[in-house]
Amino acid sequence: MTAEATTEARQLPYILAITEGVRQSLQEYDTSFLAGEDVGLAGSVFRIYKGLYAEFGPERVIDSPISEAGLIGLGVGAGATGLRPMIDIMFSDFIGECMDEIANQLAKTRYMFGGKTTLPVTVLTMGGGGINLAAQHSQSLEAWLCHIPGLKVMMPATPHDVKGAIIAANRDENPVFVIMNKASLGITGEVPEEPYAVNIGEAIVRREGSNFTIVAIGRMMHEAMTAAEILEKDGIDVEVIDPLTLQPLDTETILTSVRKTHRALVVHEAVRFGGIGAEIAAQIQENAFDDLDAPVGRIGAPFSPVPFSPPLEQAYLPNAQKIADGVKDLIGLD
Amino acid sequence: MELTKDILLDLHRRMVRIRHFEDEAGKLSESGQMPGALHLYVGEEAVAAGVMVHLSDEDQITSTHRGHGHLVAKGGDFKQMYAELYGRSTGYNKGKGGSMHIANVDAGMLGANGIVAAGPPIAVGAGFSNKYRGTKNVAVPFFGDGATNEGSFHEAANMAAVWKLPVVFVCENNGYGEFTPQAEHQAIKDITDRAAGYGMPGIQADGMDAIAVWEAAGEAIERARNGEGPTLLECKTYRYYDHVGRSGIGLEYRSDEELDEYRKEDPIPKIEKHLIDNNVLTADEIQAVHDGILAEIAEAIKFAENSPLPDPSTVTEDVYYTG
Repeated sequence: MTAEATTEARQLPYILAITEGVRQSLQEYDTSFLAGEDVGLAGSVFRIYKGLYAEFGPERVIDSPISEAGLIGLGVGAGATGLRPMIDIMFSDFIGECMDEIANQLAKTRYMFGGKTTLPVTVLTMGGGGINLAAQHSQSLEAWLCHIPGLKVMMPATPHDVKGAIIAANRDENPVFVIMNKASLGITGEVPEEPYAVNIGEAIVRREGSNFTIVAIGRMMHEAMTAAEILEKDGIDVEVIDPLTLQPLDTETILTSVRKTHRALVVHEAVRFGGIGAEIAAQIQENAFDDLDAPVGRIGAPFSPVPFSPPLEQAYLPNAQKIADGVKDLIGLD
Repeated sequence: MELTKDILLDLHRRMVRIRHFEDEAGKLSESGQMPGALHLYVGEEAVAAGVMVHLSDEDQITSTHRGHGHLVAKGGDFKQMYAELYGRSTGYNKGKGGSMHIANVDAGMLGANGIVAAGPPIAVGAGFSNKYRGTKNVAVPFFGDGATNEGSFHEAANMAAVWKLPVVFVCENNGYGEFTPQAEHQAIKDITDRAAGYGMPGIQADGMDAIAVWEAAGEAIERARNGEGPTLLECKTYRYYDHVGRSGIGLEYRSDEELDEYRKEDPIPKIEKHLIDNNVLTADEIQAVHDGILAEIAEAIKFAENSPLPDPSTVTEDVYYTG
């Protein structure tokens, strides 16, 4: 992502970038297939796979029973026997239905077998709040997944990155979760037409700055960019880092930034307690303690389920203003 | 499907291999020479042997916490198996899996599994893969009566049936979920009652009789290979040792009389009588089979004990494929 994007560069909404990433993945490998609940005829409840059923047929774009445990098991068994499954778990909240298959089978099989198998399985799932879907369809549960050795976890924020993450995940020989964001489906950005992969485990500096680092996860990247504009008016020059991949985490890019700015705030939509921000803050303090001029801050959701009613949900979710306020607090302004 | 001499000898040999492998492992575990916990398959040999005779290395199985028997029957090498149970780097899983995760993917053995009913969904994935790749191979998940109470079994059975996958679900109904008798953990006696609910045939075989299992499994596996979909095959069987180890945790939950009844049905003497009655082997020849296998086991144990322990620096290797 560069500011020099030409006017001819193709713009695509996040939703269509997902479709294109899956389409090109299915084109790239005959061994790849997409399976999930209503991914075929309906193109998913989010319409993110619209057209793929007609294009690739029911053998490769497969409507499954409502069976999340069965779906992840399908991925493990097919992945261990020569295929490159792409499994859709409609809402990331539903991983509770298949957590054994994720944590004890998908993640661990390679290790338990002494490295004698690979599981090139991509799990596509939709996370995040912001559209009034209440407590069981709005969560950000990435920390659950990041805690399990054997999984890779990506949270692409832009159309460019969601397409590149899907293709990268499908090319990878390991299980990779791509947690897409339902409130970002309409966001438009530059998306090259040809197939490309983003680098798994490589963070992106979204905005360079000299006196404060915000590490912003998933959709919070966009809020952090807005916060940076607000803070610029107060003379605070913010650097925004989008980790893109949470497991493995690109600690080095984060540390390089903090060593320059001496202050950091980590932002995510997930509940703050035990969130991935705690891990990032700990790593910064372990590795760059002498470079810090202030404690590493964290902004996340309060310790509550995601509420339904719009004013409650808005109060619950972090946003640009809350981030800007958090930065000012850490600096000691206001 | 004809029960030839070769098949009889094969059934017998696979069962004897399991029996002696397990007996020796149980002793080594009890004496403290082997780390961890073992769930022994002794008593249930007819099921693994009767099914596995029909399978090639390209057919897959998933196993259970009681998984050694399945791997032995699928052609598992004693040296690599004992080495794995001993936690040695020469084991099938380089010492990273142990008894409960022992696997040999190259021969289609997709792992013992420490989670009850985790195998069926994985076998459905392998069955899907067989169909997707246009092969005639089948996938066979083994599981117990207790596993049929898990949701993952239900999801797997339904998916295999609705997609007509080449999967044969083999239930080893040994009458107990750990220490809980079947009558106290489910309201049915026959697991096959559940088959109708998935729209698949349910058939039963005497799990203490390798020939009976061989016949029933052959029918189900042929259906699967012909694209006619999955079958639920229930084999009523019994484990002679306890849930874990040979003597378990000292709990009295089943009677000596019950055990004695099943001892009378021991599948190995049963097939040996058949071999002698039908002039396939003499008693001396049968003894020679046992002796040969015991010698192979002694050598394998020596190999395992002399094998190096894994280097502690390899603890985080194999978490991810890195190229």
